[in-house]
Amino acid sequence: MTLLAADKLRGGYGGADILNRTTLRVGAGEIVVVVGPNGAGKSTAMKALVGLVSLREGRITFGDEDVTGLRANQLAARKLCYVPQEKNVFASLTVLENLEMGAFLRRDNFSARMEQIFDLFPVLKERRKQAAGTMSGGQRQMVAIGRALMLEPRLLLLDEPTAGLSPEFTETIFAKIVEINAMGVAVLMVEQNARDALAIAHRGYVLVMGQNRFEDTGPALAANPEVAHTFLGG
Amino acid sequence: MLTDILQLLIYGILLGSVIALGAVGVSLIFGILRFAHFAHGDLMTAGAYFALFFMTATGASIWLAFPFAVMGAILVALAFDRVVYRRLRRTRPVILLIASIGVAFILRNAVLAIWGPDITVYESGIKPPLRFLGLRIKEDQIAIIIGAVLLVVLLSLFLQRTRMGKAMRAMADDPDLARITGIDTDRVILWTWVIGAGLAAAGGVFLALDTRLQPTLGWYILLAIFAATILGGIGKPYGAIAGAMVVGISAELGAGLPGVFGADWSLTSYKPAITFLLMVAMLLWRPQGLIGGKA
Repeated sequence: MTLLAADKLRGGYGGADILNRTTLRVGAGEIVVVVGPNGAGKSTAMKALVGLVSLREGRITFGDEDVTGLRANQLAARKLCYVPQEKNVFASLTVLENLEMGAFLRRDNFSARMEQIFDLFPVLKERRKQAAGTMSGGQRQMVAIGRALMLEPRLLLLDEPTAGLSPEFTETIFAKIVEINAMGVAVLMVEQNARDALAIAHRGYVLVMGQNRFEDTGPALAANPEVAHTFLGG
Repeated sequence: MLTDILQLLIYGILLGSVIALGAVGVSLIFGILRFAHFAHGDLMTAGAYFALFFMTATGASIWLAFPFAVMGAILVALAFDRVVYRRLRRTRPVILLIASIGVAFILRNAVLAIWGPDITVYESGIKPPLRFLGLRIKEDQIAIIIGAVLLVVLLSLFLQRTRMGKAMRAMADDPDLARITGIDTDRVILWTWVIGAGLAAAGGVFLALDTRLQPTLGWYILLAIFAATILGGIGKPYGAIAGAMVVGISAELGAGLPGVFGADWSLTSYKPAITFLLMVAMLLWRPQGLIGGKA
């Protein structure tokens, strides 16, 4: 079953189009990875999905609903949650407060969900009283993902979750993404660490100049000699 | 001599309390709405006059009029947000700043038109100050300091313990992220005005109680409020409180110390200059504020 379908998106910031008929689909329960060279429009595509970049053309459906043009907060209410690449935690708030803010839209009791997130990221429980801004990059990423999970999303959008992280932290984050997926959450993410990301992906897209170039299962894309040579560094 | 210095310190804390009630609002508004609210002083004036209005209309005491003044200032702030600021939200901060100067003029002149330019007081008659250990302090002044401490404690509980208080801090941290997360930013803005204007009214009433009531009451103290806000690190309400105490105490000490040490001249009329120097020095050396790291 298709959860998210973004068809022929065209748009960008100001005058120039960065996305040129970009098409992305995510099935329920899938991990889908978008890779591609710098400036291919990967992050722009993520932002366009949550209404942070205006579209000139294209249509986005989530579940059975046309969500084209909806804003990030409206999509969050529909359980499509987005984690930006940078500035993705409330720096002066504690870890606990960050998670509480993630649940701002919830009016029910969310303590069970918070326990689940603490089970997933035990370090967040240890440091729940610490200001998020004083944590390491990898831990901040966990706070950001944890915050987005508070709404019990059906689809999690991650924009380069491992950017700037050490290899160990990158590995940890990818392992956690697999765990999150096992909880029944579909994941769509943009990644620079293309080879590692494709290894955990059900499907992947290679985006070049805002256009779909390749599309296949994760392992098949990683094994594709042309993709490997051009985009995965040999 | 020590008594004289302690006396100046008391006056400084008193002035600092009034400045703090204004500076907290300016700091919150800057943090969340991203502009320097120049009408804040005149909002204090309006609050002070609302109390006067209630007292003349009902014959009630100043403490009964206090909630009325707070409510009045909140309604005025919400009205100006709706009519002026909200329409400009998507423009640049400098446009909002200039608009708030316009709002300041409107408020001050409305006060002038309604209550006239004369200097008045809430209750006439001279109350002798209480004396202990050679220090003098009036009952009203004790009430002002206690009132300010109480309000600051309440504000702190609100910001640290309540869902809306945390959302305000979150939005001050990062408005875009707050929006993405699903925080109701319109409600946060509404609460920012409620708290900012409510505390401004309290500060205005306290200031008028300690000095006198005049249409320029709040405008004259705005400089000190901005100095305190900058000292505390713009957008940090707790810093603003500390900054207010520094400004209040240094203004009183700076003005009074020459006299304490036997000088036959006084700097009393230079209090604003002392404040201004403090603000400029701060902007040059530590624009991020006295406490904490990068802005």
